[in-house]
Amino acid sequence: MRALEPWVEEPLMTFLSESEARLTLLMTSAGQVVAQHGFTRAVDIMAAAALGAAILSSTEEMARVLGVRPFRALTHQGQSHGVFLSAFETPRGRLLGLVVYGHDTSLGVVKLFFDRMVDDLMVNVPLEGRKTQVLAENFENELHSSLRALFGR
Amino acid sequence: MTETYRESLEGLSRLRGITGAMMVSADDGLVVAESLMEGIPGEAVAALAASLMRRMGTAVSAAGFALPSFMHLQAAVGALLVVPAGPDTLLIIIGDQNVNLGLARIEMLQAVEQMA
Repeated sequence: MRALEPWVEEPLMTFLSESEARLTLLMTSAGQVVAQHGFTRAVDIMAAAALGAAILSSTEEMARVLGVRPFRALTHQGQSHGVFLSAFETPRGRLLGLVVYGHDTSLGVVKLFFDRMVDDLMVNVPLEGRKTQVLAENFENELHSSLRALFGR
Repeated sequence: MTETYRESLEGLSRLRGITGAMMVSADDGLVVAESLMEGIPGEAVAALAASLMRRMGTAVSAAGFALPSFMHLQAAVGALLVVPAGPDTLLIIIGDQNVNLGLARIEMLQAVEQMA
């Protein structure tokens, strides 16, 4: 597990050990990767971050068109893996969580401990800091700078 | 189908000492239908009980037995009972210290037959 923000570490470690998730990515909606677990290549994180953000944006637009409140989470159940994608508000702005899990756990367990992680993050989050405005050019810059910090290049 | 589940669950919930009954998706651990007393965290119990049942199944299979047909978890002030209700669902009952385990077990097996 690698985290760029120390306040994320403990809640994320607890989530990982309880949920048995295989891959986890926490990022801001501006594209900055806050923490990751299980990814070994920066290019994979880049793809997952961009696709995750795009999928959530699409579902939010769909909710807007349907005239309902934005969907809180989205799941995809595959043959061998499942994907859980959720956005939540914090005092430091919106965070997105992307979790990939296998047969050794379940959607219910992932969802349960993800919600607990969000509660723990709310307790740990430092109140100072900025909310970043989401712009297309910011997304790419923030993503690249956080990947450089995570992978040291 | 959900209405049939609900009627069966409400019948089980009326038994002495039972504080909640749920139908849960076995693979996902998500609640399909529930009849719970206020304050019981149904989603958490469903997710963890389904996970436990799956692990019990793995352990029992490794020992060379068939899949578990009944799980009884006794705690200091209550009990958790789980019965497979078909290939994809579980019937879960939460009881306090006053639950009559024998009766609860019979009623659960009858409810599963009715729901099949």
